Amino acid sequence: MIMELYALTVHEARARLEKGEISSVDLTRAVLDRIDAVDARVNAYLTVVAERALGQARQADARWAAHRRDKSTAPALLGIPMAIKDEICTRGVRTTAGSKILGKFVPPYDATVMEKLNAAGAILIGKTNQDEFAMGSSTENSRYFVTHNPWDLDRVPGGSSGGSAAAVAADETLFALGTDTGGSVRQPAGLTNIVGLRPTYGRVSRFGVIAFASSLDQVGSLTKDVRDAATILGVIAGYDAREATSVNRPVPDYVGALDGQSHPAEERGTSGLPLQGVCVGVPREYFIEGMQPGVDAVVRAAIRQLESLGATTQEVSLPHTDYSLPTYYLIAPAEASANLARYDGVKYGYRLEESDEMWEVMRATRGDGFGAEVKRRIMLGTYALSAGYYDAYYLKAQKVRTLIKQDFDQAFAQVEDPEHTSGVDVIVAPTSPSVAFKIGEKVNDPLQMYLADVFTLAQALAGIPAISIPCGFVDGLPVGLQLMGRAFDEERVLRVAYAYEQATDWRTRKPAL
Amino acid sequence: MPLTRAQVQHIAELAKLKLTEEEIERMTPQLSAILDHAARLQELDTEAIPPTASVAPLQNVMRDDQVAPSMPREDALANAPDKDERGEFFRVRAILKDEG
Repeated sequence: MIMELYALTVHEARARLEKGEISSVDLTRAVLDRIDAVDARVNAYLTVVAERALGQARQADARWAAHRRDKSTAPALLGIPMAIKDEICTRGVRTTAGSKILGKFVPPYDATVMEKLNAAGAILIGKTNQDEFAMGSSTENSRYFVTHNPWDLDRVPGGSSGGSAAAVAADETLFALGTDTGGSVRQPAGLTNIVGLRPTYGRVSRFGVIAFASSLDQVGSLTKDVRDAATILGVIAGYDAREATSVNRPVPDYVGALDGQSHPAEERGTSGLPLQGVCVGVPREYFIEGMQPGVDAVVRAAIRQLESLGATTQEVSLPHTDYSLPTYYLIAPAEASANLARYDGVKYGYRLEESDEMWEVMRATRGDGFGAEVKRRIMLGTYALSAGYYDAYYLKAQKVRTLIKQDFDQAFAQVEDPEHTSGVDVIVAPTSPSVAFKIGEKVNDPLQMYLADVFTLAQALAGIPAISIPCGFVDGLPVGLQLMGRAFDEERVLRVAYAYEQATDWRTRKPAL
Repeated sequence: MPLTRAQVQHIAELAKLKLTEEEIERMTPQLSAILDHAARLQELDTEAIPPTASVAPLQNVMRDDQVAPSMPREDALANAPDKDERGEFFRVRAILKDEG
C-alpha cells in the first residue's frame, strides 16, 4: 500500500525527508490538497495560509539539501507541516481565539512556543477552530462555525481544541498544538483517536498564549502517535524569562525516554517486558456509575493490557475527585473574568460604537464581542470574586484545590518504609465518561456540557502531566485512555503510553472521509 | 440560593457587559444552577487547609531591571480600532464630561 504523504507521522516524514525521498513542498502540497478535499466537511481550520506555507517549504527544502550534503543534523521539525490553535499568537497571522472580539486581531509577535517551533523548522499550515477563548468541550462555542468529528460528522470533536484534534485525526496536518485548561487537549484527542499531551504546569511557556485561566492554562500537543508527542514536547518545553510561572529546569530527552533506556536499570528488569517494575494506579473514583458501559469495558481491557506488558496495578483512591468540577468552575471563571477585562474595545481591533460615552461603548463592545458561554463565565467569575462572596466561593475553591492536589501527592508518594505501601508511578483512567456526543445535544444545558470534562479537571487543578491515547472503540467511535504522572515526570507517562501504543494498533485506524 | 434578576444585572454592570433582556432571562437560572452545584464544596471542612493559588513550585520571581528594546509603537497600535492622526496614541471616547 502506498501511504499518502498527508497520513505520515512527524517521525515518518522526517525519515523520508532525511533520505531525500520526499520534499517538504510535496508534503506541504499533500496536506493542503487534503484540506481542500475534506475540510469543507470537517471545518477544522479558521485560517489556512497556503502560499506562506509553500514559501516556507521551499526554504526548508533548500536547507534539507544543505544538511544532506554536509551530513549535518537538521532541526527536529524542518519542513514538517503543523496546525496551531487560534488561542496561540502567530505573528502576522490573524489570531481570533474563536471570538468575534478578536476577529481582526493580527498579533505583532509570536508566542514563545511559536518561536521554538519556527526555530525547529516547522511550517505553519493554518490556525484551527476552537471554543471561544477555550471555554467549552465541543467547539460549538466558536463564534465562526462548528467543527465536525471526522469519525462521525454529526458529532462534536470535543473541545476546546476541537479544530486541532479534528485536523490531526482527518490527516489535515502532521501535528497540532492546542491548549488545555481543564481537558481541552486530552478530551478532543480522546474523542478523535489521536494522542493529546498536557504537560506539567510550568513546563511550557504560555507567553503569547491568549490567557483564559492563568493558574490552569497549559500548551499541549495533538499528534498521531506517542513518539511525535515526545518530539513536540522536546521542542516546546523549557524556561522562558518572559513567563513568570515558567520553571527553570532542564528539558530531558523525551524521545529517548520512550523505550525506558534513560530510566534506572532496576526498573527495566530482566523479563523483556517493557513495563516491568512500573506500578499503575487505578483510581476507583474514575470508574463510576453514569459512565457509558462500553467505555468502561474498553478502558478496563486497556488496563489488563498494561498488566500483560509487565506493569503491576494497584487500586488507589483520589477521594476529592468528585469536587473537581465545582472547584474548576469557580476558579477558571474567576480568573477568566480578570483576564478578559482587557478586551475593552481600545487595543484589539473590535469596537462597537453605539454611543458617545466611553463606558457605554465598552459595555456594548463586550456584550456583542463575546458569545454566550464566555459571558456566562465572566458573570460567574465576577460573582465569585465580588465583595461578600469571595470567601464562600473563590477562597473555598482554592482550599479544595489543595485537597485535590494532596490526593495525587499521596497516590504518587514514594515511601521508603518497606512495611508501607509505596506510591504508584502513573495513574490510569478514562479520558472522558462517554464517546463523542451529537452536535447540539448539550448546547442548552451548560452543566451537562461541563460534565464532559469531569475526568480531565483534577489533573489541571493539580498541575500534573497527563496524556490521552487511543484505546479502542464503542459503536465505531474512539475512546481515550488517560495516563497521569507526577509533576515533571512526563518521561514516565510517555514511556507507559508508548509501550501500550506499540502493543496495540488503534492508532492505525483512520476515519472514512 | 437562586440569583435574582437584579443581582444578575448588578454583576453585568461590574463586568461591563451589556446584556439583552432575553440574555438576562436565560442566564439567571443557568447561573443559579451552576452556583447550586458549586455549593457542594461547603460539605468539606477546609478550616485548616491553606488555599492553592498556583501549583508552580516557585516563589517570587525577580529579575534585574534592564533596559532593552520593547515593541515598536507602530506594532502596538496596529490593531487599534482608533488612534490619533500621528499614530502615537490609542483614541477612546471622552472619559470625563465637561460640566461647564
